[in-house]
Amino acid sequence: MNTYVGPGESARAPEGEATPAAAPVTIVDYGAGNLASVANAFRYVGAPVVVTSDPERVARAERLVLPGVGSFGRAMDRLKGMGLDEAVRDHVRSGRPFLGVCLGLQLLLSESEETGSPVAGRPDSAVAGRIPGLGLVPGVVRRLDVAPLKVPHVGWNQFWYPAPSPASIGGAPSPGPLFEGVPEGSHVYFVHSYHADPDDPAVVSAYCDYGIRFACAISRGNIHAVQFHPEKSGPVGLAILRNFSSLG
Amino acid sequence: MALAIRIIPCLDVKDGRVVKGTHFVSLRDAGDPVELAAAYSDAGADEIVFLDITASAERRATVLDVVRRTAERVFVPLTVGGGLRTVDDVRSALRAGADKVSVNSAAVRRPELVREAADAFGSQCVVVAVDARRVEQRVAPRAGARVGARWEVVIDGGRTPTGLDVLDWIERVQTLGAGEILLTSMNTDGTQAGYDNELNAAVAGVLGIPLIASGGAGSLADLYDAVTVGHADALLVASMFHYGTHTVREAKEYLAARGLPVRL
Repeated sequence: MNTYVGPGESARAPEGEATPAAAPVTIVDYGAGNLASVANAFRYVGAPVVVTSDPERVARAERLVLPGVGSFGRAMDRLKGMGLDEAVRDHVRSGRPFLGVCLGLQLLLSESEETGSPVAGRPDSAVAGRIPGLGLVPGVVRRLDVAPLKVPHVGWNQFWYPAPSPASIGGAPSPGPLFEGVPEGSHVYFVHSYHADPDDPAVVSAYCDYGIRFACAISRGNIHAVQFHPEKSGPVGLAILRNFSSLG
Repeated sequence: MALAIRIIPCLDVKDGRVVKGTHFVSLRDAGDPVELAAAYSDAGADEIVFLDITASAERRATVLDVVRRTAERVFVPLTVGGGLRTVDDVRSALRAGADKVSVNSAAVRRPELVREAADAFGSQCVVVAVDARRVEQRVAPRAGARVGARWEVVIDGGRTPTGLDVLDWIERVQTLGAGEILLTSMNTDGTQAGYDNELNAAVAGVLGIPLIASGGAGSLADLYDAVTVGHADALLVASMFHYGTHTVREAKEYLAARGLPVRL
């Protein structure tokens, strides 16, 4: 278990960024991918960052971020092995703001079709068909079946907000707290071969088109998650992270 | 919806300093790779590539420091290449903050490096850079050989011919797990007279992964042709931006005005 708080971590806004002090963001360190970029991006928008693999700190974090790249199965194994699956569930149940990034979105769902090569210690996983996720958002993670388009989906693509429901008052839909001030049609950076398919379309806060129309952001209560990499998406991505860091 | 065509400035870095001329005269220090990368990113560059051309044995620590500081300030994908020879070199670069690494000569000398890096870090992190030089046909091709224009893979900055056919080599590294190909024509590189789109199109024809075209961009029309004729997914640009012939913004607006998907 380790917790890292950067030297001089405080609510300072970096040079050039006139943001007021923001509450700390806790990033889960479970060895799945380069979280330094996510940490750097939050610091850049003025949010102090804590990086930890301690389940206690994760469960009690004021704002929690679950990053991740790599395979679903390996990530779930690591989370479970470190007791972080329960810690993340506890945090989500607390109602405090949560953000999943890339694999961190997919892990929220009930299960994934990503079996690929067998996961160590589970030789039947390649034929089992599905691997269970955290189960916080009902749905399935499916492979991007978009031939002849290339997979993985890599590069800059646009996102769109869902059409307003007939019952919405006033016409224009609110883009959701993560996307405040961010126009739809903005480009963000994607790197993925699987996409989240939640059971309830009402949780989808943004779509992307790549052969198929898929959910690239979800929001339900305190749970937020994006398929793209906001820490690699220039000013648009930073705006999204800034919005998250001021959710309360 | 189509993926945006990516415009990627490439900075040659030697001993921690940028060595080509730069258009950003307003920068406090136009030779500082971090400032330059930030300026390009702010100007709309979709990614940044650092090519480390340091010759000394001390290069590793210097370029890692540059990467680290860049990753604190630049929030678009960063690729680092130049002299990366082992999986440990790749790991160090990624840990320092690079999103991708580019391997060239080392991959030709030991192709398994591509597979090892892709297995350890994911194909999306592994760009295989290929330098290609046109082959003059003096002898009739043997039966079964490719017909038409041919290119040979060269390494060590163009100094060492390998005898490898570029299409054969690219098909091989794709199988080994490369995530993208960064293809440079040694015939057009630095000329600002246009890319070798016959090469680009030939390579694009065998690729199921993205093609980043490099070498020769001098006019905005060159960029357009590399996409429409060369079938490139992304464009590496060095001289054209560094000498101020055109800006990132001009390049993107030109492509967008002609109907190509571009991030503005």
